[in-house]
Amino acid sequence: MGRSGDLPRGLVDRYKARDGRWPDDTGCHVLHVDMDAFYASVEIRERPELRDRPVVVGGTGGRGVVSSANYLARTFGVRSAMPTAHARRLCPKAVFLPPTFSLYQDVSAGVMAIFRDVTPLVEPLSLDEAFLDVSGALRQLRLTSGQIAERIRARVAAEHGITCSVGIGSTKFVAKLASGLCKPDGMLVVPGDEVLAFLHPLPVSALWGVGKRTAERMAEVGLHRVGDVAATPLPRLRRTLGNAAAEHLHALANGHDDRTVEPESVDKSVGAEETFEVDRTDREGLRQELLHLSERTAAALRRRGLRGRTVSIKVRFGDFTTITRSRTLSVATDVTQEIYRTACRLLDEQTPPGPVRLIGVRVEQLGEDAAQQLFLDAPERGWRDADQAADQARAKFGGAAVRPASLLARNPDERTHYRQ
Amino acid sequence: MKIRVERDGLADAVAWVARSLPSRPPVPVLGGILLDASNSDALTISGFDYEVSATVGVAATVADGGRTLVSGRLLADITKALPAQPVEIMVDGARVSITCGSAKFSLPTMPVEDYPQLPAMPPHAGELPGEVFGLAVSQVAVAAGKDDTLPMLTGVRLEINGDKLTLVATDRFRLAMREFEWKPAPSMTETGEVAVLVPARTLAEAAKALGTAGKTVEIAHGDGLIGLSGSGRRTTSRLLDTEFPRYRQLLPSEQTAAAIIDVAPLVEAIKRVSLVAERGTQVRLEFSESGLKLSAGGDDEGSAEEELGVEYTGEPVTIAFNPTFLQEGLGALHADRAELSFTTPSRPALIKPVDDEGNVVPGYLHLLMPVRLPG
Repeated sequence: MGRSGDLPRGLVDRYKARDGRWPDDTGCHVLHVDMDAFYASVEIRERPELRDRPVVVGGTGGRGVVSSANYLARTFGVRSAMPTAHARRLCPKAVFLPPTFSLYQDVSAGVMAIFRDVTPLVEPLSLDEAFLDVSGALRQLRLTSGQIAERIRARVAAEHGITCSVGIGSTKFVAKLASGLCKPDGMLVVPGDEVLAFLHPLPVSALWGVGKRTAERMAEVGLHRVGDVAATPLPRLRRTLGNAAAEHLHALANGHDDRTVEPESVDKSVGAEETFEVDRTDREGLRQELLHLSERTAAALRRRGLRGRTVSIKVRFGDFTTITRSRTLSVATDVTQEIYRTACRLLDEQTPPGPVRLIGVRVEQLGEDAAQQLFLDAPERGWRDADQAADQARAKFGGAAVRPASLLARNPDERTHYRQ
Repeated sequence: MKIRVERDGLADAVAWVARSLPSRPPVPVLGGILLDASNSDALTISGFDYEVSATVGVAATVADGGRTLVSGRLLADITKALPAQPVEIMVDGARVSITCGSAKFSLPTMPVEDYPQLPAMPPHAGELPGEVFGLAVSQVAVAAGKDDTLPMLTGVRLEINGDKLTLVATDRFRLAMREFEWKPAPSMTETGEVAVLVPARTLAEAAKALGTAGKTVEIAHGDGLIGLSGSGRRTTSRLLDTEFPRYRQLLPSEQTAAAIIDVAPLVEAIKRVSLVAERGTQVRLEFSESGLKLSAGGDDEGSAEEELGVEYTGEPVTIAFNPTFLQEGLGALHADRAELSFTTPSRPALIKPVDDEGNVVPGYLHLLMPVRLPG
C-alpha cells in the first residue's frame, strides 16, 4: 500500500463524516477493522506512563525487527519490519520493548469477540485485523454500516483501551484501502457509486498484489495511478504484466473484487519458527530449538483440538537458501515428543550442513481429534497425558510454569536469547 | 572383459540387484553394480551398500575375464529396454560398451578398487520351501513400521526355536505373527532359541525374489548378518541392533466376542463405506446377532453404511478401526473366511484365518488396535 504522502490532497476527506453525517453507505457491507499500532498500543495501555513517548515493540536482539511502533515513533521514520537497530538510530529516545505475545493474543481474542457480537461473518487476517461482512447485521440491527462501525470502535476503545480504524466499502479491496487511509483512530466510508472516483487517483501500489518491483515495471510503461490501469486495454496490460496479474489488476482497478468474507477458515497447518541473532551451526543447539518449536506447535494444536499427520521443518541458511523437508506419520499427532522426534530426524537425515539463520517446525494435514487411534504398548499414561498436564499448568501459572528440562536455561519471554 | 549373455537373464538379474541399491548413495560407487566375469562360464552381478548385499550369477560366454563397476540405475534402465537378443559387454579402458542387436551403449565405469568387499555368507541356519517363506514374510511384513524414527519397529523379528520358525512385526497399531515349521541346520538344534531383527523392507524384497514355488530358500545367520539364498540369488543384510517390544505379553489372552465372516465381501464393503472417511479416519463396525453394520463418515463429510451377514457370538459391540489397517489385516490372512475376536472397543482385536468348517487355522494371527470413538 502506498504511503498516504502519495495521495492527492482532499481525497480522503471526501469520505469522512461531515457535520456528523457520513457519506451514503448503502451497499457497503464489508468492514475492514485494523487496530492502530496494535502491539505498541497494548503495551502503552499496560504502562500509561509511556503514553507521550515514542514506543517501539520488536526483537531487541542484534537481528530483531520492529513489530509495531506507535504514531509518535513513526514521526521519526520508524516503520514495522525495519531492523530494530535502524529504528534505534532514527529514534534513540524511544522506549524499546520485547513483544509479549500472550498479552496480544488475549486482547485480540477480546476484540474478535466484539466483532462476532455484530456478525458471525468475521475473517481474521492476523491478531490485529479482520474483515467483517455486516449485510445480515444491517437488517437485524436496523443500523447502517457506518453506525455499526462506530459502535465497534467505541466498544474496542472502552473495553480494551486501544483504538482501531475501520474502512467501509462494497468490497474487501476497497474496505482495506479505506482503513489504511484513515489511520489512526479513524473511519472512512466509500459509497458504492464512488468506488471508481475513490480508486482512480490512488497510486498503482495501492492495488493488492503490486509490490515495489511491479510498480517500477508499471511506471516504465506509464502506469502510475489506478485510473491508468483501468483505462488500459487488457491485451496491453497482459503484455506488460502477464496474463494472471493483468486480469487481476484490471479487475481491481475497475472496482471488481469478488472475494467474499470467509469466516475463520479451517487451519491448513500449524507451526512456529525462529530467526537466530547469529547464524548457528551446532546441531545440538538446533535440536534444542526444534524441541522448543515442537512444544509451541503441539500446544497450539491441542489448544485448537487438532492433530496433524505431516511434520515438516523449514531451514533457512545464512545465504538465504531455504529448504523444507517433511515426513508423514501413520497416525495424526498433537504430541510434542512425536513432533520433535520427527523434526530431529528431518534435521539429521535430510538437512545439509551449513550456518542456519532460521528454523521452523510445522504440522500439516490437520484433522479434529475426536477419534484416537490406540497403540498396542501404550503405557497407561503417555506423553500425551504429560502434555495435557503441562498445558493445564501453563494455563494456570503462565507459559514458563512447565518446560522441558533441556530448555530450562532459556528465558521464556526473550524468545531469541542464546548463549553462544 | 568381454562377454556375451542372454538379455532376459541379464535384465532380471540386474533389476533385482539394482532394487537393493540406495536411492541416494552416500558415495557414487555404492550406487554401482559390480559385473564380475572372473569365472569362465558365468557373470556374477552384485550390489552392496554396507547394509544390504545382493549377488546373482547368470550364464555367460566369457571371451575375456575381468571386473567392472557401472551405475546400477543406468544399467538397470538399459538392460530392461534392450531387445530380446544376445548382449555383448566389453570393457575398453575406462568405459564399458553394451551392444545388443543394433543398439549400442557406452558407459563410464567407476573404479573397482574403491568398491567395498561383499560380506561372506554367514553360517547356514536352515532351509524351507520358497512358497512357504514368501507367503509368511508377506503376511507379517505388512505390519512392520514404516516410520524410521522408531527403528525397532521397522524390522521383522525372526525367532528360531528348533524346527519352529516365528516371524513377528508390529508398528504399534497392529501386530502380525506367523509360526511354521522349517528344516533347521543340525548346528541349530543345540543353540536353543535364536531371535534376530531383520529390516522388513529388505526381507520383503528378498522373499519376493526367492519365494518361488518349488525352490528352496536357505537362511544363514551370524556376525550381525542374515543371509538368504535360493534360485541362484544370494542376499545379506545387516540385522537391526535394537530391542523388539516384548510382544507376547501384549497378545490378548481372552476373548468375549467373536464373529466369523467372509473376507472378500467384508473388504469390498470396507472399501465402499470408507470412501466418505477422510484419509486416516475410522470405519465403525457394529456387531450383533442380527449381523454386522459398517459405517463411516459423519454429517460434514457425508456418511455411508452397509450391512453384512455374520456368525456372531457375544454381547453386541461397536468397535472402530483405521480402514487401511483393517483391509491390510484381512488381506494378509490369505484365507476366504476370517474370525474377528475382541473384548471391548478399546482393547486389541484379533483376526485369524478360518477353514471351511469354521475352525481357526493355527499359525497366523493379526492383531489390530481399535480407534477410540469420542464420547
